Amino acid sequence: MSTDYMLWVDDVSVSFDGFKALTNLTLALAPGELRCVIGPNGAGKTTMMDVITGKTRPDSGDVYMHGSSVVLTHLSEPEIAEHGIGRKFQRPTVFENLTVFQNLELALKAKKTAFRSLFSRLSSEGRDRIDAALGTIGLRERAEAPAGLLAHGQKQWLEIGMLLVQDPKVLLVDEPVAGMTHREMDRTAELLISLAGERTVVVVEHDMDFVRGIARNGKVTVLHEGRVLAEGTMDAVQNDPKVIEVYLGQEAGEAKRTSLGPSAETTGAPC
Amino acid sequence: MVSRLREIALTLHSPRRWLGLGVAMLAVLALPALNRFTPAGSALHVADHLVPLGGKFLCYALVAMAMDLVWGFTGVLSLGHAVFFALGGYAMGMYLMRSIGTAGVYRSELPDFMVFLDWKELPWYWHGFQHFGFAAAMVFLVPGLLAYVFGFFAFRSRIRGVYFSIITQALTYALMLLMFRNDTGFGGNNGLTDFKTLLGHPLAEQGTKQALYVVSAIALLLSYLLCRFVVTSKLGRVLLALRDAESRVMFCGYSPFHYKLFVWTLSAMLCGLAGALYVPQVGIINPSELQPSASIEIAIWCAVGGRGTLIGGILGALLVNGWKSWLTAAYPDLWLYFLGVLFVSVTLFLPNGILGALSWRKRSAVLALAEAREAEDKHEPSQPLPRQA
Repeated sequence: MSTDYMLWVDDVSVSFDGFKALTNLTLALAPGELRCVIGPNGAGKTTMMDVITGKTRPDSGDVYMHGSSVVLTHLSEPEIAEHGIGRKFQRPTVFENLTVFQNLELALKAKKTAFRSLFSRLSSEGRDRIDAALGTIGLRERAEAPAGLLAHGQKQWLEIGMLLVQDPKVLLVDEPVAGMTHREMDRTAELLISLAGERTVVVVEHDMDFVRGIARNGKVTVLHEGRVLAEGTMDAVQNDPKVIEVYLGQEAGEAKRTSLGPSAETTGAPC
Repeated sequence: MVSRLREIALTLHSPRRWLGLGVAMLAVLALPALNRFTPAGSALHVADHLVPLGGKFLCYALVAMAMDLVWGFTGVLSLGHAVFFALGGYAMGMYLMRSIGTAGVYRSELPDFMVFLDWKELPWYWHGFQHFGFAAAMVFLVPGLLAYVFGFFAFRSRIRGVYFSIITQALTYALMLLMFRNDTGFGGNNGLTDFKTLLGHPLAEQGTKQALYVVSAIALLLSYLLCRFVVTSKLGRVLLALRDAESRVMFCGYSPFHYKLFVWTLSAMLCGLAGALYVPQVGIINPSELQPSASIEIAIWCAVGGRGTLIGGILGALLVNGWKSWLTAAYPDLWLYFLGVLFVSVTLFLPNGILGALSWRKRSAVLALAEAREAEDKHEPSQPLPRQA
């Protein structure tokens, strides 16, 4: 494995009560890369993010950050965040009782010990960065509104803004366009593309059109049953017979289910 | 320096609220003043027994405020806060026992209960308590240390929610059983009592009671300002964030462990202070203060007054204890029923307590405005899209 990577998921396996969520998953991300990760439900996409951010400890394998000097799997969640990994949740998660401005203030890159927080005052430089982020996410007029009062799409944007001011080296984005309008999706695509280059961005997404839009000539990784099924450009993976089988197999299953009617099978519907 | 202080003062409160705080403080201090400076027959005169009663309420208010810091702001519901209150009380009680000297029933250097148990010498942990300074330090250190150690393990193991509450309830029960035993050395079920003097001032004198009331009021005010400093700092906003979305806080790079441990220990130390001021005013400390129900009552004070406001805890403690004093005298059997009904109805009808209900009208106006704005946004044909700076 070359040392020219930003994040390296090395041979990671995770199982929950015997269910293998990830099996010997290996993934290397180059600096500045925008990587899309796709796969059917239960393919292990969210588990992969949980392992990288420290929420889930792998049974075996490790995650390294640039030059294997930092082993993320040995650190706690806040320490991993400190090392420059930012995460956007699938459902927008903001601090509802704080204002938009205060949300960004908490996310702002700074020393985050309790003692520092007790006596810290926002520097003018920090204020400028928050203001810039407010401009980027288009929430400048709502800066003093409680985040709980924002619309769904605005909360998604606020969360992206929080990641911006956190200034991570690697950005993990879990289904960023879920529940967004088409116009909001376009803006999100634009933003994610602009972010890649200065940082490494990993996007997990169900929406194929969206993935095609942002992946362009970059790599796409297809996960299936906790393994990498295929990796390459969007065109290459779409023509990969293994991928076709997995996706067509699923579509065939769905077609069958539809023909049987909704009453035949109501559990486990993919969202 | 002066301008820095001014700046801090303005972060804590707007000038108008500072004025309100001053007025509230004067109202609190009016009680002992009216007791002292008006003649007994006057219409304005406050009866002697109301001074230590009021002082006791102020101590409860301090506990409720400390509780609000961990429950209302951080979302950590403790059902064992009476532990820290009682430990502060016992530390003060030990000083008061030692200052009885040989004036006790048995004319011994040892506290009466030790003579009664036929003990020949003072247990090691009673040494030093003859000095007020030492005892005063212990008032903060003992509850603080217990809270630190307990919190260290609980928060490190990420124990949250109802599990945390149950463990704290077990903590107070365990300490109660320990204190009930005679051989623990704290007076068993009688506790510590028959105090005579505090710093040379006879506790039975009305002047001492008035002074204790004033000291309690000042302690409450200073603690309030300290808590206000904490909750208006960035740390305070992290606490609110922890309450609302803990995992997001972690992925922002904050370690919830240190934040919770800090606020938990601070809260325990404030409870210790309250306990220390409480004991000389009521004249006794015994294990009944550690009953599980005592801690639950503290939570009820907070819930009634309104969580996450600091003032709400104070208000709740004063109101509920006022009712308690009146009801337990008028209808002794009804108090617990009343408390139960109060808790259920506050939970059902006033989820944000009295203060929450008072500010409801203001808040609903804000909400209406926000909704109107959102509706406006939707009607706009070309919603301005966020542009990158």
